[in-house]
Parts: sequence; C-alpha cells; structure tokens
Amino acid sequence: MEKDNLYQYLLMLGDNSMILGHRLSELCGHGPTLETDIALTNISLDLFGQVRSYFQYAAKLKGGDSSEDKIAFLRYENQHKNVLLVEQPNTDLAHVFTRQFLFDAFHKLLLEDLKTSKDETIQAIAIKSLKEVDYHLRFSAQWMKRLGDGTEESHAKMQTALNHLYPYVYEFFRATDVEKDMKSQGIGVDLEKIQKSYFMMVNDVINASTLTIPETKPRQAEGKIGRHSEQLGYILSDFQYMQRAYPDMVW
Amino acid sequence: MQEGEIHIEHKEIREALFSVTDPEIPVLSVLEMGIVRDVQVENSKVHIKITPTYSGCPAMDTIAQDIKFAVDGKGFETEIELVLAPAWTTDWITVEGRKKLEEYGIAAPLESSLDKRALIDGERIVKCTNCGSTNTEVKSQFGSTACKALFTCKDCLEPFDYFKCLK
Repeated sequence: MEKDNLYQYLLMLGDNSMILGHRLSELCGHGPTLETDIALTNISLDLFGQVRSYFQYAAKLKGGDSSEDKIAFLRYENQHKNVLLVEQPNTDLAHVFTRQFLFDAFHKLLLEDLKTSKDETIQAIAIKSLKEVDYHLRFSAQWMKRLGDGTEESHAKMQTALNHLYPYVYEFFRATDVEKDMKSQGIGVDLEKIQKSYFMMVNDVINASTLTIPETKPRQAEGKIGRHSEQLGYILSDFQYMQRAYPDMVW
Repeated sequence: MQEGEIHIEHKEIREALFSVTDPEIPVLSVLEMGIVRDVQVENSKVHIKITPTYSGCPAMDTIAQDIKFAVDGKGFETEIELVLAPAWTTDWITVEGRKKLEEYGIAAPLESSLDKRALIDGERIVKCTNCGSTNTEVKSQFGSTACKALFTCKDCLEPFDYFKCLK
C-alpha cells in the first residue's frame, strides 16, 4: 500500500500545506502587527484544514490502524514529500511573504486543475480549498507589491528574499513518477500546463512590485521524492515532539 | 425556501438542531449557518450530514459533538458525517441568519463581486454594524476567525467584523 501512487500523491499534496502551515504557525504571536499575525495564522489554519482532508482520505485508503494523526506525526524526514520552498525558514517578513506568494500562486493553479480530477474526494477538497487559497494569494500578492514598491529598505529586503527563494519554484514543475502516473490517470495535474500560467502570474506581480526577476539557475531540489534541506529535520523535531515523547497520546 | 436551506420534517430534530449554535458565533444556529446538509431519519436512528465553512474551522468537531448531544437528547441515536461536496458557500446562510449576524455585530457577506470591490479595491460599501455608515475601511482581509475580515468605521470609529463572501 505504501507504494500505491494515489496514496503517495495525497502525501505530496498534504505535506506542502502541512509544512508551510507549520512554518506560519511559528509566527503565531510574533507578527509585526496584530492584523498580520492573525492573517498568517488564519492561513496556517486553512492549510491545516486542507491537510486533514488529504490525510483522512489517505488513511482510509491505507486502512488498518492508519489515521490522519499517524500520517502527520509519525513519518521520518525522507518520507515527507513537500517541495523545499515551503520548508525554508521565516528569516524575515520579506522571506515569509515571498515564500507565501510563490507558493500561493502555484497552489491556486494546482487546485484549479484538481477541480476536474477524476478522483471525487480530491476534486471536493480542491473545490473547497480553492476558495480559501484565493484569499491567501490576494494577501501575499498585495504584500509583494506593498513592500517591493515600498521604501528603499523594504524593496532591498524583498529583492534579497526573492533572489533566495525564486530558484526553488522550478521544483514544482519537475514531475516525479508518481505525478506522471496520476496525470495519466486523470487524477493529478498536468504540471507542464500550469507552468506557463505560473510564471506569467508570478512575473506579473514581481514586475508590479518593481522587483527584478532573478536570473539565477533552478535549484537542485528533490523534496517530492523525500530528499530535503536541513530545515525539515528541525521542523519535524518540533512538530512531532508530543507524539514522539508520548506515543499515541490523544487530547 | 431559499437556496441551501434544507427541509427537516421531524419537528423534534429540527428543534434540537435549532438549539445548536456555532461556538464562534453563538447567535446563529447550525441550520441558519447552512452547516447541516442532510438529515435522514430511520426509526430511532438519525444520520446527519454536516459541512465545514472553512477547511480548518476549529469549531467543526465541537459542532458535531453538540449536534449529536442535542439530537441524542431527544431519544435518538445520531450519526454525524462530515461531507466536503458541495462546498459550503455564504449563500447558504439564511435570511434570518444574516439578520442575526448583523445584530450580533458582524456585517453579513455581500455578494461576490461587491465583496471583491470592498476587500480588494477598498471601496467603501460595507455597512458599519454599529452606526450603519458605509464610510468604512478594511483593516485586514483576515479577522478573528477564518471566515471574517476586520473593518473600521470612519464615522463612529468602531472596529467590526465582516463575514467574508465565500462562493
């Protein structure tokens, strides 16, 4: 069952939201203003809600004693399928907003495509989630413009963040065997198709933010097959602490 | 009956459901929120389908428990099922529900295109729940819960919540 492609695909979809949701939750109580703090944790909550739907479904597929919590809390680093972008740290707000924007744009296109997935559950999750992600993208795109086209200092910080994070986005579109199989079955998305729209959408906002599109090469990144940056280990040691320290604990 | 409203023949069950509120918005029953999607009664067994407003709504588990408690209390054996499709929309909040929202101090959702104009373009069309003025501005697209945005009235200077349109 572990090898089942649909199961792996659900982990991939869920892990992006889970790890980014965790990164945002780290900011709870640390936002620069109350409004931003609440917005970022609202987004985190939406993402965790989506993860629950994916993992509940994955647990059902796997059967036995599998559960959403076991999938979320008891996997090792190399069993996580998220892209490297979402595990990058909250270096400063410029990084937080840029990471969010680069992901939200992909997330929106991904869900728009999954709305017609042949898998009914994935389709339902996508339709539900898309409504939420619309708000996320509005929020992050707005901050890209506000800070990019802001003061000299905010502009410089945004450009630094963009230079650092942009090379990670190419990983979205490098299809793994699981993704190729899901696409051929009509369950998963056509990454090639959304790639064009992605760069158009993202580059438009970058231009409107008066920022420069980095000319850096795509980064080596294979998070989708379980090869992660050092960041994920730190995230998991925090994220999984309770279940590792007190196995099978429940609220 | 308006769109999204569901018909529940069984009077006792309908009353029980009317007594269950969203813990985040305690003036609205789960029926007025449009969270209850289907009720099937077979002798003493009741099967109720509910749908979340937002995926991550932390009130969902409590709401499911409260519904079970209320309906079980009428002598039924209740089973709750969480369904995702069709996805919840603010259109399912009943007319009565919208009125109660406003009275509680939360501006009811505008229709989709107006909502965008209010939240994105900053157009001043959301009515202050305190003084009724439309001279209001959006403070944050995200409010105290996932379903709300934060507004301030420029006339009476009171902050208030706006229930975001979800369609």
